[in-house]
Amino acid sequence: MTQPAPTSSAATVSAPSGLQSVIADISSDQRAFKNVPWNKVMMWVFLLGDVFVFGSFLIAYMTVRIATQSPWPHATEVFALTVAGKEIPLLLVAVMTFILTTSCGTMSLAVSYGYQKNRQKAFLMLLITALLGASFVGMQAIEWTKLIHEGVRPWGNPMGAPQFGATFFMITGFHGTHVTIGVIFLIITAIKVLRGDLDNRRPGFMTGRKGGYEIVEILSLYWHFVDLVWVFIFAVFYLW
Amino acid sequence: MAQEHAQPSIGTYVKVWGLLFVLAAASYSVGYFNVQGPVRWFLLVVLMLLQAGLIVAVLMHLVWERLALVYAVLVPPLLLLTLISIGALDGLYTFEIRNEFFAPAPAPAPATEPR
Repeated sequence: MTQPAPTSSAATVSAPSGLQSVIADISSDQRAFKNVPWNKVMMWVFLLGDVFVFGSFLIAYMTVRIATQSPWPHATEVFALTVAGKEIPLLLVAVMTFILTTSCGTMSLAVSYGYQKNRQKAFLMLLITALLGASFVGMQAIEWTKLIHEGVRPWGNPMGAPQFGATFFMITGFHGTHVTIGVIFLIITAIKVLRGDLDNRRPGFMTGRKGGYEIVEILSLYWHFVDLVWVFIFAVFYLW
Repeated sequence: MAQEHAQPSIGTYVKVWGLLFVLAAASYSVGYFNVQGPVRWFLLVVLMLLQAGLIVAVLMHLVWERLALVYAVLVPPLLLLTLISIGALDGLYTFEIRNEFFAPAPAPAPATEPR
């Protein structure tokens, strides 16, 4: 490095910026991403893995959809709901999107209230987020039931290309599993917040390390990622 | 610790939240009004990427993170572009081969699908 050798403490070394800071971080002693809580980095690493899982699913869907000779079922008609004698396309899916977007906002509010140490409000927001997530899964169950009654199976369906069922159940099922796991952890975190575990820095049930309000932010990373995946599923599966 | 890094205000969250609703509604109306052709694709991809960008940048706080972490998160998914290309090429090839050697697309199965 071209920096003059610091004579005394680390305080004299000015922090590099831009690409230099990236190089400094990656090549640094003991740990990269200094100042970032270790559990947040681990959540990002996990989400990066999940990006590839969902990416592979959606790309596999694209590949079989391009390759099939049979006509692909029209999603706007398959997922339409009849309300008051009028067929509204993608109604249930639109409501599900609305619910998930709402839950993203309440999750972010929970993070803010958490850092403000406003336990009551943070708990309330986490609880609302969990309820919205649970209702999302419930609506997905309704959607699955409707399709299964219409004869859609992973190996075939009466509407067209047999690959439709396989990719639909795989992708939305895996996403719904993520939402379900998210709801479970939202409830766990809500209880921790309400009990004041994070104020008292009480260790979690799987670790001896002391927890703080950053765990709410780390959970929010997971929850926003679930919404992020839904944005892609909504665009390429329901609207293609 | 986490408290050291800048936290966006609640107002920022609410603005982005509102924008996400608008973008999601726009995506839905593309399907509702059944826009067709290249315009549909353009709108879908642009709206999808805008929503994804807002979620990752603001709601997941990535713009407030260290640049090294930003790169570690955003660069590897670019590999998926390679996978998309391979998938598209392979799908088109399979489609051509099926047209060449298989009978035309079979009629959809009758409604008497076993329950």
